[in-house]
Amino acid sequence: MKMAKENNVKLHGMWASPYVKRVEIALKIKGIPYEFVEEDLVNKSQLLLQYNPVHKKVPVLIHNGKPICESLVILEYIDETWKNGPPLLPQDPYKRAKVRFWTSFVEKELFENLLLVARSEGEAQEKAIKVVFEKLQLLEEGLKDLFQGETYHIDGETMGILDIVLCSLFGAHEAQEEVLGVKFIDPEKFPLVCSWVTALTEVTAVKELRPPHEKLVAVLQFIRQRALQASAA
Amino acid sequence: MAEVKLIGFWASPFSDRVIWALKLKGVNYEYVEEDPYNKTQLLLQHNPVHKKVPVLIHGGKSIPESSIILEYIEETWPQNPLLPQDAYHRAMARFWIKFGEEKMATICSVFKTAGAEQEKAIEEATEQLKIIEEKGLGDKKFFGGGGIGLIDIAFGWLAYLYEVVEEVSAVKVLDAGTFPRLHAWIQNFKEVPVIKESLPNHQKLLEHLKRRREIHLALSNCLD
Repeated sequence: MKMAKENNVKLHGMWASPYVKRVEIALKIKGIPYEFVEEDLVNKSQLLLQYNPVHKKVPVLIHNGKPICESLVILEYIDETWKNGPPLLPQDPYKRAKVRFWTSFVEKELFENLLLVARSEGEAQEKAIKVVFEKLQLLEEGLKDLFQGETYHIDGETMGILDIVLCSLFGAHEAQEEVLGVKFIDPEKFPLVCSWVTALTEVTAVKELRPPHEKLVAVLQFIRQRALQASAA
Repeated sequence: MAEVKLIGFWASPFSDRVIWALKLKGVNYEYVEEDPYNKTQLLLQHNPVHKKVPVLIHGGKSIPESSIILEYIEETWPQNPLLPQDAYHRAMARFWIKFGEEKMATICSVFKTAGAEQEKAIEEATEQLKIIEEKGLGDKKFFGGGGIGLIDIAFGWLAYLYEVVEEVSAVKVLDAGTFPRLHAWIQNFKEVPVIKESLPNHQKLLEHLKRRREIHLALSNCLD
């Protein structure tokens, strides 16, 4: 039986990164104490480059000195290592496959395209916005299937990897609306997605970890300005 | 035992991965060939979101996306484990499987390019392959250690498909001189009996990819 002091957990991250947020939420949900190490992504530390030589990115979880990189890989590692807290994935292999499918969908189809919306303007942005709406429609339909048949439910306090990833994307939707001028989390167009995101933002761990609205708006504006300047150059 | 069906495409490395995993586990399955350029109702029914192969159908339940199928197979048929037991090494495996998937397009970009653009593609492919060889494989016989595992299965396309890509694109990227360890891995991988008997026909692949490259280059020229 491992002693408490053998479970040394450090998380190298950056306060505004949604990928880092995923890991923080998972650690909080599981009740795992950890030390947060803020990284300056413009001036990356030697430690970060040593722990993540391949991607040189955050988040990196250091568990008893061993680094684990890539947020989704970290989430599965956390679930497999700390079996005492609430599970982040269901037990049944088919339900696990469904959860992984939609997590991958949110990550690849929604995240990537939302980033495009943030980094573009004019016609390119309109095109990207259209794609996000199409993907949200697919997610809305997928949720009908997920929520019935007991694969899924939100109980207000626990979250699984799909909840965590969706929350890391749309938890800040109000800041996104303010900066981008588009309402993606629309209760009329996507009632299931909207009620789900709203429920997730009310979970204690999420509320405790959410940066102030003004800070989120500022960072999103900064990312957008920098991207638009870079593409204009 | 519930029935296992695999909807696949003979030339798809994503399809092949699933075949290898099923065979390594000794799972009987029915194979249904799908033409991705002429999609059937069966495929659209079982993968309505992405409409792609492979799709595994187990006892009527559909599982799309090859990496998700591989994890499902590992969890459902635990014999001959393809992932390590401990969480840290499983995390390493998932890291490299993800890396390979993310970099596949870059490594294969020589296929879609010509001239100066292709020169750049060769450089970028070499850079990613170096990372895979040095940090992923290292001095191990297989990516997972002494025996074949999920990482090897996920990188399997490097062992047989890539040489066809190179031939059709008239380039050589993954040469033995630059990548001695990857080359050794390719030989070891192809010698695994299940792999040896399951690889698609080289000539057939060559003709198929020749056609795809022609179409692709023609389209790019139209769009310029």
